[in-house]
Amino acid sequence: MKKKGLSKVDLIFETIDAKVVLEKAFSMTSEEIIQQILESSLKGRGGAGFPTGLKWKYTAAEKDPEKYVICNADEGEPGTFKDREILDRASYKVYGGMAIAGRAMGAKKGYIYLRGEYRFLLPQLYLELHKFHKMIAEIGYDFSIEYRMGSGAYICGEESALFESIEGRRGEPRNKPPYPTSSGLFNKPTSINNVETLVTAMMIIAKGAQEYVKLGTKDSRGSKVFSVSGDTPVPGIFELELGMTVQEFVTEFGDGDTKAVQVGGASGFCVPRKKFADTIIGFEGVPTGGSMKLFNSSRSMYNVLHNYLEFFSEESCGQCTPCRVGCQQLLKGIEMVKKGEAKSTYLYELVKLADTMKVASKCGLGQSVGNAFKSIVENFREEVIY
Amino acid sequence: MYNTGNMVKELAEKHGRKRESLMPILQDIVKKHNYLTDDAMVAVASELDISAAEVYGTASFYTFLDTEERGKNVIRVCKTITCSMKGKNDIIETLEDMLKIKVGETTPDKLFTLLETNCIGWCHKAPAMLINDMPYTDLTSEAVIDIIKGYMH
Repeated sequence: MKKKGLSKVDLIFETIDAKVVLEKAFSMTSEEIIQQILESSLKGRGGAGFPTGLKWKYTAAEKDPEKYVICNADEGEPGTFKDREILDRASYKVYGGMAIAGRAMGAKKGYIYLRGEYRFLLPQLYLELHKFHKMIAEIGYDFSIEYRMGSGAYICGEESALFESIEGRRGEPRNKPPYPTSSGLFNKPTSINNVETLVTAMMIIAKGAQEYVKLGTKDSRGSKVFSVSGDTPVPGIFELELGMTVQEFVTEFGDGDTKAVQVGGASGFCVPRKKFADTIIGFEGVPTGGSMKLFNSSRSMYNVLHNYLEFFSEESCGQCTPCRVGCQQLLKGIEMVKKGEAKSTYLYELVKLADTMKVASKCGLGQSVGNAFKSIVENFREEVIY
Repeated sequence: MYNTGNMVKELAEKHGRKRESLMPILQDIVKKHNYLTDDAMVAVASELDISAAEVYGTASFYTFLDTEERGKNVIRVCKTITCSMKGKNDIIETLEDMLKIKVGETTPDKLFTLLETNCIGWCHKAPAMLINDMPYTDLTSEAVIDIIKGYMH
């Protein structure tokens, strides 16, 4: 594994002439755009990391004349706030990325699903959207975008729950397959991408895939916007080249007493100090949608885990039993162990339950509860018990 | 309670009468009145020609589409890990003392409802809260008192 260290990048917030980039994109064929994105090895920046080029390619291959581009701005993962910042500072690039995606797959309609917590951004976003529509009309291209708001449901960041929500229903994830690329919003072929992914795609078209792949590692190309919070003297948003170790990250952002870093939010992984040096932040190590939370030695990891499990118990949509009951039982379980009402070996039973949830849950929420649960219980067993 | 009047009909004109019009309609009602009454949900069901159970079933799924009475200003204090680590409990205590209500309650004058909520995306400026749509960050007890005073008139 190649270690690259930590270097700051300015791609997402860099000011560009959107019209020039869009004219370039519209002069390219669908295949040429998709080829660029495939060559860039861009993986989804929301956290799941599906190759963006493939998503676009599959959607483009569908024959249905009605297709949709969706921007997932339901940024709800605890510790993530970079999409708000991107929308706040560079929404024109989000719109541009959507238009390019539309060109690539033959979609004329885009939706942005914005979480209700970010409603205060709307006036400014509409102003920028108006300018974008005007510019698109000037270029003589047919593509329009509408906003749809969330109303405080973490699960609606799951793609099929998001479709249900736009369609006016409870945000309960659908069974897959069919995948969104063949049957998504209104059962039409749909490409749904994270805010940052769309901006990155636009920058790849602007600069060329060959330029983009110079950044990052073989498994994690490019750069990524990180949301840094917790016990750090410099909380905030930082765009960094992928491929650094947790140690390098902690050296830059820690307060000198960091004992653990939660990478990827409540549904991500907890990396303890002894693993900092060997853990790479990226798809070859710990993947992240950007959430990086640092904990110093004054923090109880039991409290951290308890907080996450409360979060999941509340945010589970309740549709499938492994997730609905599993989250509640994990929470109850660690409380019992803490109070001495259950033996410490009961944690092994709970780990088995987390494993079952990973296999049996319908969507990513229930499937990933075990990530934080196991990595905290296994690395901070004493703190959870005593 | 509030009078539904022509509001639902007007919103249906604005957003349409399809199933996908449901969320925008409910969101607009909540934006104006802070919660959904049974009457409002029945009226929406009738405009969209779907059962009231469908409307309630959808509304009750979403934390921000309250179906219980809420005050004019809904305060939602973030309780997720970073805000929790950075003094969320002090903020709640300050608000409870000032408004003389507990989390989940509404002041007798119906001006404020105090709630806790999950991560609102301001972890780098914790602790944080929303009052209606407006975020307030880097909170201290002193700052919270000033902010609430601004909503008292």
